Amino acid sequence: MTTNEPTVLLPGIDEAEAKKRAGAFARLLRMPLGLLSIIILVAFVILGLLEPVLSNHDPLFASLQHINAPAGTSGWLLGGDQYGRDIWARVLTSINVSLISALIGAGVGLVFGSIFGLIAGYAGGRADAVLSWIFNLLMTFPSLILVMVLAPVIGTTYQGMMAIFGLFLAPGIFRLVRNLVQGVRNELYVDAARVAGLSTWRILSRHVLYVVRGPVVISTVFLASSAIGVQAGLAFLGFGSTQTPSFGSMTGDAFANIYTEPMQFVWPSLFLALLNIGLIFFGNAYRDALAGPQAVVAKKRRRHETSQETVTRYEPDGSVGGGLLKLRNLRVSYPQPDGSEKNVVEGLSLDIHPGEIVGLVGESGSGKTQTAFSILGLLPKEARVGADEMRLAGDSLIGVSQTQMRKLRGGVISYIPQEPMSNLDPSFTVGSQLMEGLTKGMSKAEAKRTILELLERVGIPDPARTFDSYPHQISGGMAQRVLIAGAVASRPKLLIADEPTTALDVTVQAEILDLLRELQGELGMGVLLVTHNFGVVADLCDRVVVMRNGHLVEEGGVREIFHHPSQEYTQELINSILDEETVRMDPPVVVGSQAGGAL
Amino acid sequence: MLAFILKRLGEGIVLIFVVTAVTFFLTFGAGIPVALNILGPTASADQVASLNADLGLDRPIVEQYFSWLGGVMHGDLGHSYFTSEAITSSLVHRLPVTMSVVAVACVITVILSVVLGVASAARGGWLDKVLQGIATFSYVFPAIVLGVVLVYVFAVTLHLVPAIGYVPIGESFGGWFGSVILPAVVLSIGGIASLAAQIRGALIDELNKDYIRSLRSRGVSERSILLKHSLRNAASPALTTFSLMFIAMFGSSLFVEKIFALPGFGSYGYTSTIQGDLPAMLGVSLFSVGLVVVVNLIVDLANGWLNPKVRVS
Repeated sequence: MTTNEPTVLLPGIDEAEAKKRAGAFARLLRMPLGLLSIIILVAFVILGLLEPVLSNHDPLFASLQHINAPAGTSGWLLGGDQYGRDIWARVLTSINVSLISALIGAGVGLVFGSIFGLIAGYAGGRADAVLSWIFNLLMTFPSLILVMVLAPVIGTTYQGMMAIFGLFLAPGIFRLVRNLVQGVRNELYVDAARVAGLSTWRILSRHVLYVVRGPVVISTVFLASSAIGVQAGLAFLGFGSTQTPSFGSMTGDAFANIYTEPMQFVWPSLFLALLNIGLIFFGNAYRDALAGPQAVVAKKRRRHETSQETVTRYEPDGSVGGGLLKLRNLRVSYPQPDGSEKNVVEGLSLDIHPGEIVGLVGESGSGKTQTAFSILGLLPKEARVGADEMRLAGDSLIGVSQTQMRKLRGGVISYIPQEPMSNLDPSFTVGSQLMEGLTKGMSKAEAKRTILELLERVGIPDPARTFDSYPHQISGGMAQRVLIAGAVASRPKLLIADEPTTALDVTVQAEILDLLRELQGELGMGVLLVTHNFGVVADLCDRVVVMRNGHLVEEGGVREIFHHPSQEYTQELINSILDEETVRMDPPVVVGSQAGGAL
Repeated sequence: MLAFILKRLGEGIVLIFVVTAVTFFLTFGAGIPVALNILGPTASADQVASLNADLGLDRPIVEQYFSWLGGVMHGDLGHSYFTSEAITSSLVHRLPVTMSVVAVACVITVILSVVLGVASAARGGWLDKVLQGIATFSYVFPAIVLGVVLVYVFAVTLHLVPAIGYVPIGESFGGWFGSVILPAVVLSIGGIASLAAQIRGALIDELNKDYIRSLRSRGVSERSILLKHSLRNAASPALTTFSLMFIAMFGSSLFVEKIFALPGFGSYGYTSTIQGDLPAMLGVSLFSVGLVVVVNLIVDLANGWLNPKVRVS
């Protein structure tokens, strides 16, 4: 145990995780619902344990004088039922029955589900396929009916029925554990542990179980609640021994008596509901607590900030100029869970003139894609965007409503994505998705003709067939042509292309770049070409803007930048063309120096 | 496609075969004193022996199994020990009652889940809280408590609907609806919680995908993005959850049929089990597993139809 401890493998993750776990319970106690749930659950356990002390009568003892006795009768705290039995004594016994049912049902489900989930997730392959098949099947079974039919076989004890029912609860845990284990297994640190020569068992216990623990606790709590509900239901129907009072048999008896004594139904229902509230609140609160301290803070903060404008309404002198796109001091930031702001674009200014192709270059994380999306108005909801000036063909884009922005997107401004396949809706034909943006002021037949013409223009061999194809039926290169056709369908003034060739085969890349150049010439569009590749820039662009860590590094004509880059960073990017197209001879400089912390 | 259906049907038949065989050997092998249950505790040993011979219970269990299986092949599930009715026809008569309740429950569940799921995916905020509230409610008040409360409030106190009994739909639509609406509400609560959460999650996953951004970039309306594109792609996982829910509702009909005194499949299963009516119990498990097989097959076919990759090829 003491040798070869792989503590150094994961210093950051392990420590942070350990802190998070250790803090989870403390946080749980600080959350109102968490504390309440724990108080309820502890109270129930104490009531159950102290049953012999707290009850005056045997739960089966029937007193003729106390038939339907009202609550508060001396010595009969909650009164008597229709047979003259002490309701309080029966409630206390029922608490124990429910708690034991929860332990057995959830316990069996937990043990079976975790063991087989671990095996399936860790072993993978055939074992995984067989086990997943079995548990999927088990999940679809009408468990209640089968447990009921087997009730005479199992015998009259509720414990046996709960053990059988627990098997039907196992699939939920199985899937959870299997998926989590599979995820962990594929992560680096288990591989690293394996290299370090740890036995399979050690890997499982140290790393895998650690990750799996939290979610499993949460779902086990819900299983416990299910088990309590099913036990109550079966006892309500009359399954199980009449000698064992339980919430189910109490509600069942009270239901028969409900016309005359509705309160007798209220007591067992109330305690049953309270017990479930304790469990469910505990599960929910534990989930929140595990999510970490940040989640709680973030929730509180958001409430204050929703009133703020996300876009700064600030329009200075109104000088328009002759540009197609005019961008001044663009800022994009994202609120962080800990309450701070992460700036991804800081003070970028940019101009594009009609018919000009501008390359926006930088490594990943430099903010170039964020810049592109903020012009399109397609940043995620959480993003905060501000700019001193953002004008498209003279019109300000600041403070424009979503509806107006949508009209612009279907008209003067358009977009070509990086990854063509994931950018087509898999459930609709190519033609129908392209037509959807186009039907404004155009009949369906007209729109279809336009799209077919465009598909032919972008070099698709059989436009009619592609029009009726689903995305999975066409190749990546074809898909990119389709998206280009969609982007130019509205004859935009500004085309924003985000790494349009990165995901494509090298042979197709050149064709797509040629196509873009041709279309740009035909339509006279301004193009903002976002890329990390100076090769593409050299091929296509008039001007280059270089970005790094959200800032503009330098800008200028393509030739000028290529021959006399003023910044070292630009030189590195230019050098990396060679790295990409030839064998890497030197260590990957750009990637290495990208760590912003060094600067 | 046909090969796929046949393969699935074949698997289903094997499943039915295995489950009923297990049930048969467990129940018939459990030594339940069937004849004594029928004749009452005062019956003599001779009477018990002769009844056992009549019922065929004196034969070896394997022989009994094959004779039962032989009957099943001809659609004959045997006769009830207690009422002598043919089990097949009893079940067929009772199925419409259960299916009425489950079908109404499904309609309620699907409508509310789609509305709540779509709305909370699009808006979030307090609608998320409503969803969580429904889920908590369904755990806190199990079917037996909720059912009894509804009977007490709507039938006993307000006299809005009959407390118990079933009216066939052919007799009176209003009467039918009145007799199934409360049980259906009870069944749908848990279903709404899980299905709406599933739809919400699946929609949020879809809304974060690349193709949504591309659609937006071409000026497609938010309405179409949410209700046409995202919902269509989220339908497949939601359908799988729906099938599980359907089966769970079918199982929970045990409780509601008891509370609302409905002469359905659940109450038949309950009565047979309490009596120890072995052939009827077997019939119940055979029908339930058969239903699972059919539902899963329908879901597979529907998923195939929803997914162009399967449909087109």
